[in-house]
Amino acid sequence: MDYANQKLAEEKVFKDPVHRYIHVRDQVIWDLINAREFQRMRRIKQLGTSYLVFHGAEHSRFSHSLGVYEIVRRILDDIFHGRPEWDESERLVVLCAALLHDLGHGPFSHSFEKVFNVDHEDFTREILQGDTEVNSILKKVAPDFPKKVAEVIGKTYANKQVVSLISSQIDADRMDYLQRDAYYTGVSYGHFDMERILRVMRPFEDQVVIKSSGMHAVEDYIMSRYQMYWQVYFHPVARSAEVILRKILQRAKYLSGHGYKFEQPPTHFFAFFDQSFTLKDYLALDEGVLMTYFQLWITERDPILSDLCDRFVNRRLFQYVDFDPGKDYKKLGELAQLFQKAGIDPEYYLIDDSTSDLPYDFYRPGEEEERLPIHLLMPTGDIKELSRLSQIVDGISGKRRTDYKLYFPAELLIDGKKKEIKQQILELLREGGV
Amino acid sequence: MLQEHAKIVDFISTAEGVTGRKKLQKMIYILKKIGVPFQEKYEFHIYGPYSEELTARIEELCDMGFILEQKEDKSSYVQYRYTVTDEGLEFRNALGKPVFENSEHAIQLNGKSARFLELTATLLFFDDLEQDEQIAKLHSVKGKLNFTEEEIAEAFAFIEELKQ
Repeated sequence: MDYANQKLAEEKVFKDPVHRYIHVRDQVIWDLINAREFQRMRRIKQLGTSYLVFHGAEHSRFSHSLGVYEIVRRILDDIFHGRPEWDESERLVVLCAALLHDLGHGPFSHSFEKVFNVDHEDFTREILQGDTEVNSILKKVAPDFPKKVAEVIGKTYANKQVVSLISSQIDADRMDYLQRDAYYTGVSYGHFDMERILRVMRPFEDQVVIKSSGMHAVEDYIMSRYQMYWQVYFHPVARSAEVILRKILQRAKYLSGHGYKFEQPPTHFFAFFDQSFTLKDYLALDEGVLMTYFQLWITERDPILSDLCDRFVNRRLFQYVDFDPGKDYKKLGELAQLFQKAGIDPEYYLIDDSTSDLPYDFYRPGEEEERLPIHLLMPTGDIKELSRLSQIVDGISGKRRTDYKLYFPAELLIDGKKKEIKQQILELLREGGV
Repeated sequence: MLQEHAKIVDFISTAEGVTGRKKLQKMIYILKKIGVPFQEKYEFHIYGPYSEELTARIEELCDMGFILEQKEDKSSYVQYRYTVTDEGLEFRNALGKPVFENSEHAIQLNGKSARFLELTATLLFFDDLEQDEQIAKLHSVKGKLNFTEEEIAEAFAFIEELKQ
């Protein structure tokens, strides 16, 4: 039997708190899970710095990736199998894409990518198509198979139905992370009836649609998503930790570029500081490596690097105030000058951060929208866009909410030094809503 | 601080306004690909390279009153036009140095149709491929648009022109 269709002698199962069991029968999937690049995801947390707010949120990208694979496997094997609208020959490429979609994520990837100007999607593509264990496994299926998997993940695959299973407004990725993140953070939002949604999913032309009888389960999913974003993903304290993390990396890069001699040379970072990194350098990093450097850097001579690392490791986070950039951007300049006068470098200690979310977007007639809306399959065989039928979804559709915060080290402003200047700073911050 | 917002304001001001959301998305992407330091992250979507971050930033700038979004009713469809307000100009001057050493690029891009920019941006998205593979990929992801050989040749020539 060819490798693509080879089955394990016995089904393997992973115990999983979200889906109960993850089932593996395909040899290819089993081999991919055991590849070193996939195992690396055990050492990268799914929710980055959120564990500093929700202490349970220590789960990894490894478990999320298995979860996405399992959801897609259930859709294909239990729901789509045998339906004429579904092309059975696409099964393996979708399963592999589901399993490997997050492969290029690095440690604390949001901050890391910003500071070192890298993109985890480029790394996913490189891992799939470069000199890696994952690539050698995929190539055994067919020489062009790694490229196909990369195209599905990169949303450039010709069969759009396949792409929409992995990335759309209701896809396996979101369905897993909402439930998994809710479970590990311990919040009561994020739960919805996934079994029901899966049962009413149908392949339809070049997309995946939901039978209209499942509309209420989809409403529940959209609301869960809305709640999770504002209660967990955009939590202002987790963002404070993220801000500090970003500034640590920025400071280390700055010091390296200005001839600073580290007491503990950050050998893992040098290639990123001078932008000469290779895939091998990237794969050598994980959150354990970064946390080790942060620990070591606490004793560095540079007071900023040392302080920021101490803040991150020991959770001495920045305070925050709401601010309105439209009105307050001039005040921001004023604050930066006052910080300078007070001897506190605003580059590292006065940081504006914004975050926004659009819970669901619909199709507006006449305007070419980039997001494919969720379509309901009516008993007549027609399809209708979700927000046309659901009042609840209509209420939050197309409405973006943005949250702006200004982060700063509160205790440095009340330490008694340069009192007058700091008093002015505090007054300005108070006006901003402290 | 707010530098990325200022860059967008600067661009729309230099281009003397932009009509069409798709057009704006593709223009920024093309500029980014030729080295203008925009930070917005792009992914491949229905109409080619698309940045959710850019969409959010534009909406934020509209909320701040720095950019004006006007709906233009074209009877069978609606288009959005973006222009910089006086407050936006003040903001740009207060915060950002101009992004464009060559402001002609903004005007050149603005003179092209949304269809042409979609074609150009899509070719640039696949610029790691050989040219014949790039064209094959374009047809595979944009089959319905039936881009002609002339259009494709024009897009390649335009990319070269921009890079000079």
